[in-house]
Amino acid sequence: MKPAPFAYARAASLPEVFDLLDRHGESARLLAGGQSLVAALNLRLSSPGILLDINGVEALRGIGFADGVLRIGALTRHAELGADPLVARHAPLLARAVPHIAHAAIRTRGTIGGSLALADPAAELPACALALDATLVLASRGGERRVAAVDFFQGLYQTALRGDEVLAAVEIASRAGQACTLQELARRHGDYAIVGLAAQAGPPGAGVALAWFGVGGTPLRTPRAEAALVAGDLAGAQAALAGEIDPPADLHGPPALRHHLARVLLGRAAAALKGH
Amino acid sequence: MSELSAVDRPNSYIGRSVPRPNAKRLLAGRGQYVDDLRLPRMVHVAFLRSPHAHARILAIDSTAAKAAPGVVRVVTGAEMAAVCTPWVGVLHHLKGLKSAPQHALAIDRACWQGEPVVAVVARTRAEAEDAVGLIEVAWEALPAAVDMEAALAAGTLVIHPELGDNLAFQREHVGGEPDSCFADPDGVVVQATFHTGRHTGVCLEGRAILADWNPAEGRLTAYHSNQAPHMMQTVFAKHLGLREGDVRVICRDVGGSYGIKVHVYPDEMATAALARMLARPVKFSADRIEGMVSDIHARDHRITARAAVTKDGTITAMEIDDLTGIGPYSVYPRTSAVEGNQVVNLCGGPYGLRGYKARTTVVFQNKTPTCQYRAVGHPIATAVTEGLVDLAAEAIGMDPAEIRRRNLLPDDGYPFRNLANLAFEGLSHHACLTKLLAMMDYEALKAERDALRAKGVYRGIGIASFIELTNPSPFMYGIGGARISAMDGATVRLDPDGSIAIASGVTEQGQGTEAMLAQIVAGAVGVDLSRVRVTTGDTETTPYGGGTWASRGAGIGGEAALQAGNALREQILVIAGAMLQAAPESLDVRGGAVVDRATGAERLALEELGRIVYFRGDTLPKDLPRELVATRHYTPKDYPFAFTNGAQASYLEVDVETGFVTLLKHWCVEDCGTVINPMLVDEQIRGGVVQGLGGALLEHCVYSPEGQLLTGSLADYLLPMAGEMPDIAVAHVETPTKESALGAKGAGEAGTAGAPAAVQNAINDALRPFGARVFAQPFTPARILTALGKI
Repeated sequence: MKPAPFAYARAASLPEVFDLLDRHGESARLLAGGQSLVAALNLRLSSPGILLDINGVEALRGIGFADGVLRIGALTRHAELGADPLVARHAPLLARAVPHIAHAAIRTRGTIGGSLALADPAAELPACALALDATLVLASRGGERRVAAVDFFQGLYQTALRGDEVLAAVEIASRAGQACTLQELARRHGDYAIVGLAAQAGPPGAGVALAWFGVGGTPLRTPRAEAALVAGDLAGAQAALAGEIDPPADLHGPPALRHHLARVLLGRAAAALKGH
Repeated sequence: MSELSAVDRPNSYIGRSVPRPNAKRLLAGRGQYVDDLRLPRMVHVAFLRSPHAHARILAIDSTAAKAAPGVVRVVTGAEMAAVCTPWVGVLHHLKGLKSAPQHALAIDRACWQGEPVVAVVARTRAEAEDAVGLIEVAWEALPAAVDMEAALAAGTLVIHPELGDNLAFQREHVGGEPDSCFADPDGVVVQATFHTGRHTGVCLEGRAILADWNPAEGRLTAYHSNQAPHMMQTVFAKHLGLREGDVRVICRDVGGSYGIKVHVYPDEMATAALARMLARPVKFSADRIEGMVSDIHARDHRITARAAVTKDGTITAMEIDDLTGIGPYSVYPRTSAVEGNQVVNLCGGPYGLRGYKARTTVVFQNKTPTCQYRAVGHPIATAVTEGLVDLAAEAIGMDPAEIRRRNLLPDDGYPFRNLANLAFEGLSHHACLTKLLAMMDYEALKAERDALRAKGVYRGIGIASFIELTNPSPFMYGIGGARISAMDGATVRLDPDGSIAIASGVTEQGQGTEAMLAQIVAGAVGVDLSRVRVTTGDTETTPYGGGTWASRGAGIGGEAALQAGNALREQILVIAGAMLQAAPESLDVRGGAVVDRATGAERLALEELGRIVYFRGDTLPKDLPRELVATRHYTPKDYPFAFTNGAQASYLEVDVETGFVTLLKHWCVEDCGTVINPMLVDEQIRGGVVQGLGGALLEHCVYSPEGQLLTGSLADYLLPMAGEMPDIAVAHVETPTKESALGAKGAGEAGTAGAPAAVQNAINDALRPFGARVFAQPFTPARILTALGKI
């Protein structure tokens, strides 16, 4: 299929992006890596009036570390994320997630900002942001505001991002030296996971974050399972999942399939964290 | 020294893995697929397709579409019917097969989600799609008959009331004495119900056609991504009211076909009709989304089956009951009854049974039509047969390899006619199985499996023997009344520069047909391969033929090319004999030159011979024949089909916690008779194995109860990808057919035929410690976990 007609503008700076957003309002969509958006256009699932290409906005690029905080620009490609030494040191969970994301061509173009802003509930990076207690930096003409990942993902493809805002960066307090693991089950390598788990331990004795993907409308944490796991009760943690996730039936199978696989993944994640 | 065969010439290319002559051109991006072609005044068509599985079309409002930018014409079913007549997909020899007239565009009623309803022609495909979005159809949704199990039940909607019921075809066959075998009190009976998932063949290049009507000539030219140009010539002529000679079908590069591109599709017929209506070139290129609901589907079968085995391991009988849903129409002109018919023909095929009973029931339903897709019926029959054989082995405590050794038809027992009435000229089941077991080091593999099982790692070994139908004679379609040629021809010509031009009726879709033809002819004539050019896929410039499907390219097209090449060589030798004042029998053609047959000494370069014949014919004896071109045709006559055989094995690991299957290794030993190009045959086998593995584990056209395709894109219809594929080891046993000088049988179906059965048996081997079994493809994590009782 061919996309419905749309206009195209390329912004060179954030003020220019804000101008274009002002002018075009709801009919505009931001184009970053385009790995989900362009497919949606071609399927005519989305027909925006104009695409605002933000790939030339320098302020959205780059990975830096200062004052114990890793800042990842929204335009960081998945491939860059997977190869960056600062990410490997301070947020190794992200580095581990990258090989699971689609295929090389997609990782070369897709961006972390695009993935988080789309908020696909079966994608790796939103769950990682949740597990890492990441802060999302949302920029608008009025300045920046910071939203915790847990407040950012609000529903199926719904986020806290307002129409006049651009997701500018992700900030993560350093997790250097802390155990983490990413477990997922996909029918083929690179497919969206049937069930996935991003697990990030804190400093010794400080608990563990379990962020699930592919089990509901948003990436989600399971606090009761986390508590049981910290208490050393894996079976209890696995049992707790039954009340904390409510996966849908789909082409892969009934909800019972995901409940079962989530328990298996939790066991594997616990072993991986222990072996860290 | 033993006598050389017709193909064992000193400079033969038979059996050599030479590169394909067209590979470099395609890799360089210089292919000419239909979508690459641009003709003056060309316009594009897009179709409004039914969003409903079954619905009445109450009204169509195209006012806005007609006024949309770039739109040239909007055509509904009623208008289309005035130009293109409907067709009915039946064949006389499939007794009782019935179907309803099918139109290029639905007129009053759409019968599956995806059926084309309105055609919009515009300057660009994008403009055509924009305008499609502006058409308003008033639909009255009708109840849909979706579930094939309920198709014949009272109360189920009859899709075509004039046919009386939803039964398209039924055939029952009984051979030998199955009832007494099953009644044997000393025997053991095993049984299972098998499901094969509905698939579709996904070609890299989607279906495409560029049709051009030239009113000045009164001729239609169709550039078509298709496997059977002459068949399409007939079809276009018949349904557009033309003479066959006034239709030219050109199939240049075709990006994969697998049987998908050998059927009549309503959108392609509509495109040809639109070219006629508009008197200008019209292009249709199916995108992947519309391909998923409009390319033929296949393999939607449920088979209940049982086998009787004696305690000492003799399989005495098999009985199968097959049910298949084919969509709302039997596809024209090959029909949708062939797959079920093949299941009846092929089950139990590798074995010497005393009793065989088989029935197929083919029913209509409101889903995408199904028809022949690579290895038609074979993967179904092999999964059933080999599943039963493994169940029999388990029931009597015998090794799966051993029970096959005891029951496979003996290699010295041919010719043989089996209880399904199939005639085998010469098969090599035991040689293939022996080679397979040696390749995989069967005993060591079993030991490894058992050692790992003790550590909680569940691996399985699965074996599948199979027969394979190739080189079809007129018994496949011709006797049923279809104008589908079983004969093929080749014209081979020597040009004055000593180069050779071949024109052949078989076609190239990426599998290397042209390489095969070039190799055969280069060897037969006696020239270097680089001096041979091949033309295929053009009804105007190639001999009449059937095209390439059912593994007929090498066995039939190759034999015609061999005979034509031999004839040209004889012509050359007669002329050379006159020029050299030597007996033609004392000469030969080797390496592009006429040589002394005994010594190999060069006597005359072909360029020189060409120069004299074409430009200085005055110097030759007056009565000397001057033809340097020969055409030969070939039709298999002794056997309806050249059956071949082979054996496959799968080694895999089942994660019993997640139900995931990891393929570790796959083996295939296949007998296609004379191997012309080992590399091409091996890759043909590997590609076929991968398609079989896709069906076994991943691919599935899943429908909602309302008849909506839920796997409508490649995000949900899971194709096998390189990362999940195991190494595939391929080897051959060669039993050439004696029916032809070339001795080649087909190789295209083998990989797909046996792979799903091998995987099924390997999974069940891995699950054996748990008493769990799966027989429903695809073998998904959910199905395996269900069998394990974990969900």
